[in-house]
Amino acid sequence: MKTVVIIGAGVAGVEVASQLSELGYKVALIEKSSYIGGKVAKWDHLFPNLRPASDIINSMEEKIKTGNFSVMVNTEITGGKGENGIWQLLTNNGKNFEADAVVVASGFGLFKAEKKEEYGYGIYNNVITSVDLEEKFKKGKTIKMTNGKIPERIAFIHCVGSRDEKSGNHHCSKVCCITGVKQAIELRNQIPDAEIYCFYMDLRMYGKDFEELYRTAQEKYYIQFIRGRLSEASENIDESLLIKAEDTLSGRPLKMKVDLMILLIGMEPGKETTDLGRNFKLGFDNDGFIKPRDIHLQRNLSSQEGIFLAGTCTCPMTISDTIDNARSAVIEVNNYLKNK
Amino acid sequence: MINMDKFGFFIQETRTIDFDQFDGRLLKYVLDHEPSFHACLSCGGCTATCSAGNLIEFNVRKMNLLIRRGETEGLENEINKCMLCGKCILVCPRGINIRNVIMLIKKGILIFGTEKKLRPDLTYNYYA
Repeated sequence: MKTVVIIGAGVAGVEVASQLSELGYKVALIEKSSYIGGKVAKWDHLFPNLRPASDIINSMEEKIKTGNFSVMVNTEITGGKGENGIWQLLTNNGKNFEADAVVVASGFGLFKAEKKEEYGYGIYNNVITSVDLEEKFKKGKTIKMTNGKIPERIAFIHCVGSRDEKSGNHHCSKVCCITGVKQAIELRNQIPDAEIYCFYMDLRMYGKDFEELYRTAQEKYYIQFIRGRLSEASENIDESLLIKAEDTLSGRPLKMKVDLMILLIGMEPGKETTDLGRNFKLGFDNDGFIKPRDIHLQRNLSSQEGIFLAGTCTCPMTISDTIDNARSAVIEVNNYLKNK
Repeated sequence: MINMDKFGFFIQETRTIDFDQFDGRLLKYVLDHEPSFHACLSCGGCTATCSAGNLIEFNVRKMNLLIRRGETEGLENEINKCMLCGKCILVCPRGINIRNVIMLIKKGILIFGTEKKLRPDLTYNYYA
């Protein structure tokens, strides 16, 4: 029986493992952290329909429970080499693997908002990231300023660590626009009296129902969208923030005092993906993500024979796109192994 | 034109849109009576087709945007340039009744005037 090792038990990894084991391969799913689900495990609700993220996690757990494949958490690939079509993989806990095919599903990392110093994350009290906000939602916390007051005016800042040469990321992270809209709506539900603004450069509502959610945010939730990139934030004595941007649609500078600022941080390759790419000499794109063999025709093939790519290790993706991409990886692995 | 004999020592009024000086009375009036205005994307379709704007200096999109920013000064002259032809309604991708927005602005000006007043109870706190 041919063996496949899948690295990373997030949305992509679990999908690949489940589908490949259905096709009759011996599958081992390896996860570095202590839990499955990747970033989704820490998310509260999903765009574009605000369903609970736990729906996705439950579906993954069901696949693990009913599927015929092994899952190993707290296991990290530390090295590997391929010879005669067989990959030898070394792990941190001494258990090593031999695989006919390897699927890299190591996911993405988050932009470190501290790098964008002029926005004051980690310096000013009331600057948080979209991930911090989601964590508060998940814990059921009331959104407050650090001094305990309910924020009266809130600003979401789009493209933090995306489309920004100074941050080292030229690429668009794709999911932050719609995440901002979703979180703005959730905040409106929690704080009906607040003024909520989104500062954007473009709103990239490319996915199914994204544009509709944006429109709903305007019409039903009175979210205000201002086109202009935040230049800088400074802290007032009462811990509120003074922010400055250009209102590019009126061609005038604009300033406002806000009580809470939420930075919509972008997606990066992440340490795991970078380390694996280096270890296996997979090659990287200019954005730092692993380079697929062909951007149109062979998105799941790496430059190394027998190593496949699934999910956000190659570029930012939504959950839906990740699942599609993982399934297409399964076809590529199957085509490779059945002829091997 | 900068007065060079005083350069560096005269005070110029800021061009900055200051949300802490937001006068939202007119905006609230318009939105209350024409809620479709909430959905404006600032695409500029209205301006491109505007009969008046093609002949004289008049920008519907920008005027509507400035109301959304609480900037109402000088509006009275601007709004009278509209000929109420209604072509803007035909092209609006979000189906906003722009002509009614204009007429509401005219009515609003009669009620509130165009002199900017800071009314903290009527900022863009539309929900309150």
